[in-house]
Amino acid sequence: MFEIGLTHYLIVSAILFSLGVLALSIRRNAVLMLMGVELILNSANINLLAFSRYKGLALEAHVFALFVIILAAAEAAVALAIVLHIYRTNNTIEADRISALKE
Amino acid sequence: MEMTILFYVFAVLTVGSAFAVVFARSLIYSAFSLLFTFMGVAGLYVLLSADFIAVAQIMVYIGGILILLVFGVMLTRQVTDVEIRTSAFRTLPATVVVGLALGTLIVIFIRTKWMQVHTIPDIEGTTMELGELLLTTFVLPFEVAGILLLVAIMGAALIARR
Repeated sequence: MFEIGLTHYLIVSAILFSLGVLALSIRRNAVLMLMGVELILNSANINLLAFSRYKGLALEAHVFALFVIILAAAEAAVALAIVLHIYRTNNTIEADRISALKE
Repeated sequence: MEMTILFYVFAVLTVGSAFAVVFARSLIYSAFSLLFTFMGVAGLYVLLSADFIAVAQIMVYIGGILILLVFGVMLTRQVTDVEIRTSAFRTLPATVVVGLALGTLIVIFIRTKWMQVHTIPDIEGTTMELGELLLTTFVLPFEVAGILLLVAIMGAALIARR
């Protein structure tokens, strides 16, 4: 049948990226927007690894993907701390109801 | 042949559960759909012969980030509360714009003549080569990433406590 090539992976990652952008733009909840960011980072990683595989397994791309995962972990920790703090001061995490940086 | 079937299984799992993440009515459902998205992406990594990254994906994303996100959902809402349902807004224009962008991307991906090498070197897993690369060529970014994680953890603890 159809042999799986680079294009298939690129299309999956494009769909994942679009869904991430959609989550960022239509949902108001800050935690859900974070989930959208994770989707986007995952799609970037699929792209990196797919290009690496179809270049004959270039391992530099794997190092890059590993750093993306590390950054995603750091980003999630800090962003959730900020979200918790905002929830404590504003009593909501709906992004369009938060208009002040400090009380 | 098996690779083709496996690819479509993982691709459908990833994309379908990502749809559920974006459009689920309840935040908890979104968080649990995200679990299947991460699993599907890890499967795609295995098909791309990136075994170490796949394991790292499962350990960091599912074991760490997803747990953090679920904590975020639980700590900012009462679970039994009605307010846990979140609304979407300006769905139609956003969907149209994103759909157009997605169509453009897919057309470009299909039309471009990519240079593809279908054979890969015969190695037993990528872990050893990856470790050597991390501690030789990429040792500086590796150390910087360590410091970044330390600073991020301290910053997160400080912000959340205040």
